[in-house]
Amino acid sequence: MSLVARYLEANGIPTVMIANGRDIVEHCGVARLVFVDFPLGNPCGEPGAVDQQREIFEMALSLLETATEPRTTVEAPFQWSKGDKWKDLIFSEEQRFLDEEATEHWLEAKARYKERKAEGKV
Amino acid sequence: MSYVRYIDKTRAYYLKEGYDKPYEWAHFDDVPFTPLTKPLSECRATIVSTSDIAIREDESADHTQEMFVGNAYVIPSDTPVERLYSQQEHFDKHATHLDDVDSFFPITRLREAEAAGRIGSIAKRLHGVHTSYSQRHTLEIDGPLVLERCREDGVDVAILTPI
Repeated sequence: MSLVARYLEANGIPTVMIANGRDIVEHCGVARLVFVDFPLGNPCGEPGAVDQQREIFEMALSLLETATEPRTTVEAPFQWSKGDKWKDLIFSEEQRFLDEEATEHWLEAKARYKERKAEGKV
Repeated sequence: MSYVRYIDKTRAYYLKEGYDKPYEWAHFDDVPFTPLTKPLSECRATIVSTSDIAIREDESADHTQEMFVGNAYVIPSDTPVERLYSQQEHFDKHATHLDDVDSFFPITRLREAEAAGRIGSIAKRLHGVHTSYSQRHTLEIDGPLVLERCREDGVDVAILTPI
């Protein structure tokens, strides 16, 4: 996703990313980032938390207006409502990231991608 | 509590899973920057997302087989949010879920911003990019496709939401 942000930015379209994976985005380097310290999957706010989602979205709009240089990161002032335990568990030995079914889907998709690439379709 | 270092965590995790070659996350020293040159209230905005956002055509269909593969695609911005969904599996499913589309594809928030005059308008097309197998594919195919469509639609600003 950061690569697309960079591509648009290099071609004259201002961008703002709203993301959960701060280190990944900053490692790549983008113009503007709203970092939301939530589990992967909900960069724009907790499910159903409409007011919070509005605040996060407004932070993104404001950042488009106020950033004056690249690598400008702001952090949303919210904590995950169910605590921080997920931070210890994500990608840990006791909790696999993908279950068997999801791993299978991923490997199938990878194989399909290779096929379609060989056929010149992607 | 500090934020999660995914690059370090995934490296250790996949090493234990038996993958000896760590994933090389994209890294650049220079970062392009385009300043906003007109009021946001006059800007046309779009969303670009790697959430595998899709339109529900048939509730009973299993779209999993077609997921994750292909070039950048578009979602008409007038699609009712109730018809949007994601079957993306690469998120923290132990901690959360993707049942609320606006938690990762903020289309309702975008409409509110337009209604309030905070942005000028919404582009006719929003964009999906598959979590790529290849950074080269993203740079050489997806990036140019999204850019071309944004230009056709007169997009002034883009909001990007990865999962």
